[in-house]
Amino acid sequence: MIKVFYFARLRELTGKAEEIIEEKAMTVEQLLDWAEEKYPGFGKDMIHVAVNEEYALQEDIIQSGDTCAFIPPVSGG
Amino acid sequence: MMKAFEIVEEPIEIQKYADYVLHAGAGAVTIFTGNVREWTHGVRTLYLAYEAYIPMAEKKLAEIGAEMEEKWPDIKVSIVHRIGELKISDIAVLIAVSSPHRKAAYEANEYAIERIKEVVPIWKKEIWEDGEEWIGAQKKYPTKGKKSND
Repeated sequence: MIKVFYFARLRELTGKAEEIIEEKAMTVEQLLDWAEEKYPGFGKDMIHVAVNEEYALQEDIIQSGDTCAFIPPVSGG
Repeated sequence: MMKAFEIVEEPIEIQKYADYVLHAGAGAVTIFTGNVREWTHGVRTLYLAYEAYIPMAEKKLAEIGAEMEEKWPDIKVSIVHRIGELKISDIAVLIAVSSPHRKAAYEANEYAIERIKEVVPIWKKEIWEDGEEWIGAQKKYPTKGKKSND
């Protein structure tokens, strides 16, 4: 299982702050595709994924037990 | 008890961070505060709501601090960002930098705010009289000007 967090616009779009995905392994790209399909309007082209609190690349592999976060464009400061 | 790089929910006390970076070898301390602005491009903000991926945000703030200390070796840095609902003029972010001489303190401080806006997972929502919107490179979204809660 893979745990994912949603923040800001994505938390409001999905109506949840986190959820569990029953997958053993997937790439970051596959995770983004999964989210786009499940939540129309997700906007995956603008979203980064953090795996275990570090920015990941599209081809990086997510393993069962990892914690992921969808990171929409940041606007701190 | 404060951390040198932290996300907080309570009002930011400036002196705490100024004191943290000050030491006998520091001849200059720069304090930057980013505050909630009422008017942006003619639109009146009622208040802001910030949220963060807290553990990663604190980690990224510390990484920015490490980058700064590499570029300006003799500085000491502390960065704090507040989340939750902030009203006009509240401090959203504070960067404190001390250094032996002023140039590094000014330069490093500006570097920090630019990096925060690029990499730290913190999000700002503007709440207006007639709507609200999550801010962040919205120009790149296909539905320009569309509100997030539509």
